[in-house]
Amino acid sequence: MSKPIALPGEPRVDLEQARAHGLSPGEFERLEKILGRTATFTELGVFSVMWSEHCSYKSSRKYLRTLPQKSELVMQGGPGENAGAIDVGDGWVAVFKIESHNHPSYVEPYQGAATGVGGILRDIFTMGARPIASMNSLKFGSFDHPRTRYLLGGVVGGIGGYGNCVGVPTVAGEVMFDAAYNGNILVNAFSLGMARKGELWSARARGAGNPVLYVGSATGRDGIHGASLLASAEFDAESESKRPTVQVGDPFTEKLLIEACLEAGKTGAIVAIQDMGAAGLTSSSSEMAARGALGIELDLDKVPLREANLTPYEILLSESQERMLIVAERGREAELQAIFEKWDLHAVVIGEITGDRRWRARWRGNVVADIPVGALADDAPVYDRPAAAPRKSAAARATVRREAPPPAVALRAILANPNVASKRWVFRQYDSIVQSNTVEGPGGDAAVLRIKGSRRGLALSVDSNPRACALDPYAGMIATVIEAARNVACAGARPVGITNCLNYGNPERPEIMWQFAEGVRGLGDAARAIGAPVVSGNVSFYNETEGRAIMPTPTIAILGLLADVARRVPSHFQRPGDAIMIVRTAPPVLAAAEYDAMYGGGEGGLREIDLARESALLETLVVCAEQGLIRSCHDVSDGGLAIALAEACFNPEARLGAEVDLAAHGLADPVELFGEGPSTVVISVASKDTEALMRTFAARNLPVYPAGRVLEAPRFALAPEIDENINELYEIYETALPGRLSSHD
Amino acid sequence: MKWGVVRFPGSLDDNDALYALAEVMEQEAALLWHKDTSLAGAECVLLPGGFSYGDYLRTGAIARFSPIMKSVEKFAADGGLVIGTCNGFQILCEAHLLPGALTRNRSLAFICERVHVRVENERTPFTRAMRRGDVLKLPIKHGEGLYVAPETELLQMEERGQIILRYCDADGAESEAANPNGSMRAIAGVANERFNVFGLMPHPEHAVEAMLGGTDGRKIFESIAGRA
Repeated sequence: MSKPIALPGEPRVDLEQARAHGLSPGEFERLEKILGRTATFTELGVFSVMWSEHCSYKSSRKYLRTLPQKSELVMQGGPGENAGAIDVGDGWVAVFKIESHNHPSYVEPYQGAATGVGGILRDIFTMGARPIASMNSLKFGSFDHPRTRYLLGGVVGGIGGYGNCVGVPTVAGEVMFDAAYNGNILVNAFSLGMARKGELWSARARGAGNPVLYVGSATGRDGIHGASLLASAEFDAESESKRPTVQVGDPFTEKLLIEACLEAGKTGAIVAIQDMGAAGLTSSSSEMAARGALGIELDLDKVPLREANLTPYEILLSESQERMLIVAERGREAELQAIFEKWDLHAVVIGEITGDRRWRARWRGNVVADIPVGALADDAPVYDRPAAAPRKSAAARATVRREAPPPAVALRAILANPNVASKRWVFRQYDSIVQSNTVEGPGGDAAVLRIKGSRRGLALSVDSNPRACALDPYAGMIATVIEAARNVACAGARPVGITNCLNYGNPERPEIMWQFAEGVRGLGDAARAIGAPVVSGNVSFYNETEGRAIMPTPTIAILGLLADVARRVPSHFQRPGDAIMIVRTAPPVLAAAEYDAMYGGGEGGLREIDLARESALLETLVVCAEQGLIRSCHDVSDGGLAIALAEACFNPEARLGAEVDLAAHGLADPVELFGEGPSTVVISVASKDTEALMRTFAARNLPVYPAGRVLEAPRFALAPEIDENINELYEIYETALPGRLSSHD
Repeated sequence: MKWGVVRFPGSLDDNDALYALAEVMEQEAALLWHKDTSLAGAECVLLPGGFSYGDYLRTGAIARFSPIMKSVEKFAADGGLVIGTCNGFQILCEAHLLPGALTRNRSLAFICERVHVRVENERTPFTRAMRRGDVLKLPIKHGEGLYVAPETELLQMEERGQIILRYCDADGAESEAANPNGSMRAIAGVANERFNVFGLMPHPEHAVEAMLGGTDGRKIFESIAGRA
């Protein structure tokens, strides 16, 4: 075997060059030792992306191993898989994952967000599942920051532009504005697909001599070093210049790729398949070979190119979108090619699986890379970075109480706050109904989907609570998981699986590593308590600009399962005269609440969460839904109880009023009205069912208060302090975001 | 009745239309592939929503040149029933099977929501199960649904009754606020002069099941199926 050669005109490979590629001196030494020689420039590029934080999880792997990944419903899951899979019954498997596309979206919001959607969709259909629903979690800087409107418009446009064109409904999401994200927005994209049980595809290569097919778009120069230099480093003044590392999406090609791949999968001629995501051709080829303990040889001259004269370095590192790599059964290439041809897509044999466990690339008659296959994935460095709590606790930095406004004034102001106000301006730009499964779309606690041909239903929620995580990364994570779970339980669904996107700052700083370690510990504890395994996830470090990190922001998405979708529970009040009940596991606090951000008062810190009690609440909500006891159920979250009660009145079919006496239960001060934190739930119930409902909750030792009733009249009365017209409140809630976006202040 | 649902590359509501017709409305319905020329004996051809050929250039501009569209044009010329929803409407305008054109929404943004439309002419194969003035609640989801046509043509269309659906509020009244995309004369759906080709921006195929938000779309399919 000829040794890889340096190509004419290529930069010299040395420590300086390695540094410029983001590799540490120790990592450079490690790769020279693995190769037993100096790397070629191409090989250096390959190692730098595969060993990047983004691809290798080198700082997080130690912690992620501790997460619960199994339950009787888990078909496939945990680190290393493209996505997790849960058995949802009746022969169906749900495949889902959430992933970040933060830095690209800050540098180029439209394409960054669009390709984030495209990438997560490929992670789903690469497992043989048809994507049926997407969600997203977005964090922007302060609403008044000069870049925020541009970024919001670009990101929402990109998500819609891609998702709408590819025919996957965007069914839920969350949007938050906070100065902590001024220099580093977060765009986390979730997708869920459905496959028949027993028909999931593999990403593990088998059979030396099997051909390797490249399908989809041709390779261009876009996205080179997206994973390494863009995703795995902090932002600085130069970040704008990294715009060329952002990929450009083509949702039309993605749609063809989905249809062609799913059709090709039915032939049984696909042995393994993986999308060319981060680190493109390099990661997909080396990871499939490594999983199968085999080798792979690529002929780069056969790769379809957008322009001539791409170097092997560029071909291997390109992150051009809408490309898949397939290991086919030998002799059945033509069968697959005919299907891709039908969909007007490239399908070219560019290499084959070998038995020698080498990852080898040839170009114009020369070997340009020859690396032991395990070196790129399994033998990537793993770090146990120092973690230390900050000396000054976050709680001590909390805001000081300013003069508290009268409750009615606060209510109106919080309803108009972009973090609380209706996000209709955002979600009406997303197709939420294509594929005819959307029973409850955006705007409620959880999205609900039916499964065609089955009585069962799926509930989906995505949540984050960075302000709580900033005060206490452990308790904040638990609050986040519990809230996401409560959202699906409010809809009547039992939480069955978790995926997560862990957005943190620079892990080389002990304080950040501590936040991360505490967060993962919280995730594990909460997941075990509610009996929902963590089946997939993604870590996004280096969310910092010029040394200032974002708030620790774990984003949690939960899949809930409804035994009977007809028993789903809406979040809005349904009928005048129904009783309004309030369930509470613990008194709320103003710490980390929207009220605190506006008026202060949160200095007491977070309250400890009783996980057993929270699990009991989830189970009780599901049981009540299954027995048909509840007319509506809404979780108290952003803005607190007063906001949740108002939101429950905003039924899009027929707005209703509410009359609630909080004083009777001592719930009337600002903490009670606007406090957040686990857990309060607003339930409406037919008068005849109130007794049964109270018995059900009492049996599990959960306090429930009959607090008032639903009105036909447009009155919103929370005695003793608040007596408003619900139509006026609705107007404030609905017009706040579009009003502020169109104003020219 | 026998339906043919055309699948272009980039069609998105093709499966939904097929599901609505075959599973919910219990009609005989089959997919037609854009590279074929056979309509497989369909008595009504449905052009679905989506982004055919990526809607590059202009919405519907490339789809109109596909092989199947030659057959659809001939079928329409022979009096066959053709309905186009959303992107299908855009294609029918590009193919000059319907007058006018669809341009970017007034807001310049994509809009997905349920809207109300009023039936303006009940004496067509597409509306015969309804009465004039009936209000239907149907979803829209499009970025380019602002209907435009020359003023003289609009006047003639009004006279001939070619304006089939108009955006309105829940009570059937027209207003600026009830016109989601800024269409001229609040037009949501039009027919050709012979009343055998119908295009509309709303999606009747997404309004056939109560669980998914309403059943008013059935009335359009029932009108068409009742004719055969």
